[in-house]
Amino acid sequence: MKAPVLSSWFGKSAVTAPPDIESAALRSDRFRLEREEDWLRLETIVKQMEKGGLRRIDDEDLLALPTLYRTAASSLSVARETSLDAATLRYLESLVQRSWFQVYGPRKGFFAWFREFILGGWSRAVREIWLDICIALFVMVAGAVVGWILVAQDNDWYYRLVPGQFADTRVPGASRDVLLDTLGTQQDADGLSAFAASLFSNNAGVSILAFALGFAFGIPSLLLLVYNTALLGAMIWVFASQGLSVEFAAWLSVHGTTELFAILLSGAAGLHIGRSMAFPGTSSVLEAAATSGRRGAVVMAGVIIMMVIAGLLEAFPRQLVGSVEGRFLIGGGFLAFWLTYFFLYNPRRPLEGE
Amino acid sequence: MVSLPTFGRAKADAPKSGLPKAGALKRPKKERILVTPEGIEVPIMLASRGSRLGALILDFLFFIIGTYLFVLLLGFMAGGVQDAFDPETIENAQGAMEFLYVLLTLFIFFVRYGYFLAFELGPRGATWGKRIVGIRVAARGGGRLTPEAVIARNLLRDIELFMPLVFLLVAPTGETGSFGIAGAIWFGIFMLFPFFNKDNLRAGDVIAGTWVVEAPRTKLAQTLSTSGAAAASGSSEVTGARYDFGEEELSVYGEHELQVLERVLREDKDDALSPVHAAICRKIGWDPGAGDERAFLEAFYAQLRAKLEGDMRFGKRKADKHS
Repeated sequence: MKAPVLSSWFGKSAVTAPPDIESAALRSDRFRLEREEDWLRLETIVKQMEKGGLRRIDDEDLLALPTLYRTAASSLSVARETSLDAATLRYLESLVQRSWFQVYGPRKGFFAWFREFILGGWSRAVREIWLDICIALFVMVAGAVVGWILVAQDNDWYYRLVPGQFADTRVPGASRDVLLDTLGTQQDADGLSAFAASLFSNNAGVSILAFALGFAFGIPSLLLLVYNTALLGAMIWVFASQGLSVEFAAWLSVHGTTELFAILLSGAAGLHIGRSMAFPGTSSVLEAAATSGRRGAVVMAGVIIMMVIAGLLEAFPRQLVGSVEGRFLIGGGFLAFWLTYFFLYNPRRPLEGE
Repeated sequence: MVSLPTFGRAKADAPKSGLPKAGALKRPKKERILVTPEGIEVPIMLASRGSRLGALILDFLFFIIGTYLFVLLLGFMAGGVQDAFDPETIENAQGAMEFLYVLLTLFIFFVRYGYFLAFELGPRGATWGKRIVGIRVAARGGGRLTPEAVIARNLLRDIELFMPLVFLLVAPTGETGSFGIAGAIWFGIFMLFPFFNKDNLRAGDVIAGTWVVEAPRTKLAQTLSTSGAAAASGSSEVTGARYDFGEEELSVYGEHELQVLERVLREDKDDALSPVHAAICRKIGWDPGAGDERAFLEAFYAQLRAKLEGDMRFGKRKADKHS
């Protein structure tokens, strides 16, 4: 006597010829035996696609895929009405689901998506969250002003705002020479690439956090922006009090125009999600969150790229270029580039397949 | 292929979804219905929280092992660098060491964020951990899974996992005071988010418009009515007898019992066959013999299924023995 299940466990090694259709006593089993060859062929193709070997699949198979998928789908709906064979129904359900994921699966690979992203998708997403960018910009400026005012009124605030790692020699009351020294350059590029890598990893982590916190109605994103720019405002005050504001601005602008812009964008993207969840408008909260979350994700993918550039700028040109004009030139150049790219570069949206 | 598929929620009493037939088998709670553009309803099972946690733990195991191996490799290379330069010219070695450090920093960053991205964008929509437990990521609306959605759902991992863990470890020490406790509660909400909604969505799923579903890989089982006593001309191989059941004897059972019987026959365990055999005989008033259970059950299965499927074609369905 046969053990039907066991043979199917050993998969490929135990492929047996399908039983004679005439020997089946049940109409529904005859229905199945007439079609199972197509189902198995579909399963093989789908299995290959899941492995990612689209290129290894024969052209013939690829052309047959939509037909085979529809055959299996219609077999399923017929079997639902005529067959009580639970194993076959379960197999067909899983087969149709699997091939649905492949037939209607992602049409674009990562590189195709990335190309579309650089050539318009990114700047479009940034323009779509313009309102949130305005709010975040306002909050950042306000944070810097608050930091400045707090430290100007009471120097102790500086130590509360600025964590220990920055407050080495750059403290209120430090002499002009000491401060100027921190804005200086290095003689050679030793150690700078390590510096760049850790700056990037740290800054990108912070911006991802700013984005992710937007989920809680955007409030924590804003708090993070305020805190970080208050720190900046406090530092500006320290340098300005010794008449070094231009030098400091130049030093900061080299990478700051890129990095602060990226932080602005990540805060705005987080805020965008929070705002659309708080005020979903006509769609449901879940839909609004999904739409804004995907838009925010595009912005964030760009933020990571900006952080790579900012890390490189911070480590190399800032530490190697000493002149105020040179630094302003680099920083201003990048700011102009980003503004042009985001707000003037507006290629036509490619036609979507859907 | 113009219209997009839509999702509905399976309800036991929903007449508009054709799948849960009136009186037919009860559909499980975690089932959602995907309607393909062809109009076919395909049931999709949501992945359980347990299997998702298992997948996550597996993924982190892979992450830790991968990082460990990479660090070992770098350490090996660093040792080689030190050997290559004698101590007097050690400055020359700094460049090489720095390069290794840069490699490590970038590796950790890109693996931490890139591992989930790369795999969930692939054709199977699942990381290794998810593949092992048999689940995958899918778009909630029934559309395509887009790169943006995968990026969005993975960017939130920080506040759902890393931040809560940090706060949970720090808060009990009391170093951060009430701020730490507030933070731990706050991030705890994100961590436990999948428990607060019926689709098991985590925060990343909410903003990405995705969910995690089971990806069953069922093999096609053999037909039961082509062999043994169930076949058209079949009779018992042991006794040579043919079992024939009358209309009355076949009408005691419904679809549920048929599927239980199917499972028993497919599993084919001897100690399961005889109690089932005895129960059926008692129910239909036959005298249970011994030694020929499988042939009896095969014949009963085939004839019961033939009867129920015949009724089905006339629109009559019998869910179980009580209906």
